[in-house]
Parts: sequence; C-alpha cells; structure tokens
Amino acid sequence: MNNEPKKPAEKVIEIENLHVAFGDNEVLKGVDLSLYRGENLVVLGRSGTGKSVLIKVLVGLLKPDTGRVVVLGQDVVASDTTELDKLRLKVGFSFQNSALYDSMTVRENLEFPLVRNVRNLSRAEINRAVEEALDDVGLKQAINQVPSELSGGQRKRIGIARTLMLKPEIMLYDEPTAGLDPITCTDINNLINDVQERRGASAIIITHDLTCAKEVGDRVAMLFDGQFQREGTFDEVFATDDKRVQQFYHYNFTE
Amino acid sequence: MSPPSPTTPRPVLTPRLDKMLVALYEVTRFVGRFFREVLLPPYEGREIIRQCYEVGVRSLPLISLTGFITGIVFTNQSRPSLAQFGATSWLPSLVSIALVRAIGPLVTALIAAGRVGSNIGAELSSMRVTEQIDAMEVSATKPFKFLVSTRVLATTFMIPVLTMYAISVGLLGAFLNVNSNEATSFRSFISEVFNTITFLDIFSSLAKSVVFGFTIGMVGCYQGYNSSKGTEGVGKAANAAVVTSMFLVFIEELFSLQIVSAIRSF
Repeated sequence: MNNEPKKPAEKVIEIENLHVAFGDNEVLKGVDLSLYRGENLVVLGRSGTGKSVLIKVLVGLLKPDTGRVVVLGQDVVASDTTELDKLRLKVGFSFQNSALYDSMTVRENLEFPLVRNVRNLSRAEINRAVEEALDDVGLKQAINQVPSELSGGQRKRIGIARTLMLKPEIMLYDEPTAGLDPITCTDINNLINDVQERRGASAIIITHDLTCAKEVGDRVAMLFDGQFQREGTFDEVFATDDKRVQQFYHYNFTE
Repeated sequence: MSPPSPTTPRPVLTPRLDKMLVALYEVTRFVGRFFREVLLPPYEGREIIRQCYEVGVRSLPLISLTGFITGIVFTNQSRPSLAQFGATSWLPSLVSIALVRAIGPLVTALIAAGRVGSNIGAELSSMRVTEQIDAMEVSATKPFKFLVSTRVLATTFMIPVLTMYAISVGLLGAFLNVNSNEATSFRSFISEVFNTITFLDIFSSLAKSVVFGFTIGMVGCYQGYNSSKGTEGVGKAANAAVVTSMFLVFIEELFSLQIVSAIRSF
C-alpha cells in the first residue's frame, strides 16, 4: 500500500455524536468514530450493542435520531434518495447472512448491481467482470449454481464478490466470519486483507471473533453501552484490567 | 428527526383509528410510489416478462380446471329452473351472461388471489426478512422497481387475459353439457352466446379484471415488501395477501355492478 505521502490520513467516514434508539431502547448513545483511507477498522462488541445498526446508518438503511454522519464527504443524514444511491455505489455492504438473491444464479447475483448502475456495458465486459470477481474470491466454478446449493462459507464469499462488482472505496463487513469453521474463517480473513491490499479499499469490519479482528484489523474499536470505550491497535485495546474487555479476550483465547 | 420519546405518543383520535389512518396513509404512499417508479426508466422488461409467465402461464392448469368445471356445473344446475318454463333453449344465453359478467372475472380473481397473491406476499416477505431487499437498496438498484413494479404490472396485464381464457373454457364446459343434454350444435350454441353478449359486457368484464389484477398484485407486494418479524412475518404476509385481496375483490365487484348498471340504464 502506498500510504507514505499522506501523513495526516484522509478521513473517509466521520461519525459524530450519533444517537439511535428503537422505541425506549437507546442502542447508540453518542458514538464518535472515524475511518481513514486505506485502513481496516474492526468494531468489536457484544451482540445487541448496535454494531450492525452503526453500519446500516452509514449507508442510509437506518435513520439516526441525532448526530452527524459524513461518508466520503457527503452528509448521509441530509441526503435524499438520489444522492444516497450515488454514495452507495462507492460503499460495499457485505451482509451477515450474505443476502444473496435466492431466485438468481451466482452469475445473475453478481451482474445485478453492475448492469443496473453502469450503462452501456457489452456482454463480454459484464462476463469478464463477473469472472474476475469470482476469481478474486476463488469460486469460479460456482458461476451457474443457485445460492441454495452453496455452503455458508461459499455464500459469504459470493456475497463479498457481489459487493466488489462496483469497485467500492469503502467496504462494510457485518460479521464476516460468524458461523463458519476455522479454516473458512481464515479464507475470509485473507479475502478481507486482499481486498484492502489489491483494491485499496477502506473497511469497517464488525465482528466478535477476535482471531478475525487480530488478522484483519489495523485498528480496533470496542463498543460497550452504546459508546466506543476503547480504541487502538489490537494489543492496545486489550491491555487493560477492564473486566468486560478481559472476558471478551479470554473466551476467544483460553490459554 | 425528533429525539426519541421515552413514552409512546398520545393518540390523536383513538389508538385504533390512529392506526387505521396511518395504515391508509402508508398504502396510499405505496400505491403512489408504484405509479411514480413505473413511469421512470430504467424499465425492467425481462423481469416483467418473467413475472407475466409466472402469473399467467403457471396459473393455466388451475384456471382451466376451475373454469371448465364451473361451466359444466353452472349449466347443469340452471337447467331445472329453466325446464319448468320449457325454456332450456335459453341456457346458452343465461350461461354466457353469467360467465362473462360475473363468474369468469370473479373465479379468476379469487384463484389468482390464492395462487399468485400468496406467492408474491411470501416471496417478497422472505426477501425482506433475509435482507435481500436491503442488499438491493445498498447496491443502488431500486428494489421497489425491480420487485414491486414488475409484479403489479404482470398481474394487471395477465389477470384480464386469464379471465378471458377462463370464460372461454367455461363456455366450452357449458357447451359440452348443453350438447349432451339438448343436442345443441356448436354453431347454434356459439351464435346464441354472441347474440346475447354485448360489447359493454366484455368491456366491463375486462376493465373489472384489470382492477382485480392490480389489486391482487398491489396487496401481495404491499404485504410482502413491508413485512417484518422474521419467519412468522412470512406466513402472516402470505395470509394477509390472500385475505385482503379477496375481500377487496368482492368490494370492487359490488362497485363495478353499480357502475355498469348505471351505464346500462342510460
């Protein structure tokens, strides 16, 4: 990665004082967070602490109650649908359960965002893009299969491939390794690192898998009680006596 | 954006009435969004054709069976009453009027509500639950246009076609019954039928089934697109799609009866 010339790295995502509540349940209570260009930021936290809510706010799937959210220089909260759609082309969102379109083959899944957003592509160009994306995730042979024929790990990789079709500047991964075996998890971690290195994408990775966090995270932020309580490199975040943080660590690394 | 309120807001009228008005507003907005999005490019031509196939061709076996049997049964059950006046020769007229004006559109709409409406409701709702609609949203691909507009267009086009088909099959059933009992020839049966049916009959029947088709597609999509609560929501959406659209079809039938009667009396 050629990040030598930019010393004060450019912020691609800026979140300030973000509040989100569902009825009486306040999930995010004044979150501040920045993502810098080219970095992988891991967001850790217990289930139900609002990690997914956070990235859904970033792409406008959820509206916050208060707070400022700026993605690639664009204020998400103030954007209308057309502006949001423009922004969404530059932000890839990998869903926890992959969210592949069941009624379509893998090829059609991958083509779907491409043919609807990039005009005047020839059949050959579309095919090449699909094959390239599948090659990146190592699943070229699955091109004509339907999602129900794929394993959990394969679905995850196809899901990531689909978001890569539009060559996003920012990737948002929601629990990329949840429910997968350790070997597949390693594959996914490598894939996430690969996307960062080869495509130069910045990423937020939501997880509670510490191996994943350690492998892919340039920086780690820990969400507790609706706010980021700890932030830094992996080792910095866990160098504390805070019981909750320690519990998190010991469950994953028991030695 | 208002700050989160700790308690639920005080109802403006009564809680139930409030809820109903909000639902009415939501439905109106949904229908309005359909008309807005359906007119603007890009047009999902391929998906519209696929949906037309789903709605039309795949409903053919069921429509054929019900139309045909309805024709036979209706003719057979009408015979004794007419026979009392020695008027069984009126059977073709009676049956054709009943099939074209009421039974054809209604039977087709009810079958489609059951088969197509539930299908749309369940499919869209499971796509909502498994975040497939969100996935389309975040890849800037306008899921409303791709999922809702195409399906509503398909039902609006195909239900009238199916209705005409059901009427034809019903008349065939009626002919077979009349032929075997009164030995009426096909030629005299057909001429009897077309002497009876007016342009207004066919036109109102078609117009009515356009409305039925639109209703079935719209209700199915609304229920599916806005569903929540996990897998339970899928069942609920499918169920609500059928029940609501059947209910609305009957209401619309009643209205169309009034309108057509008014036109006839001119």
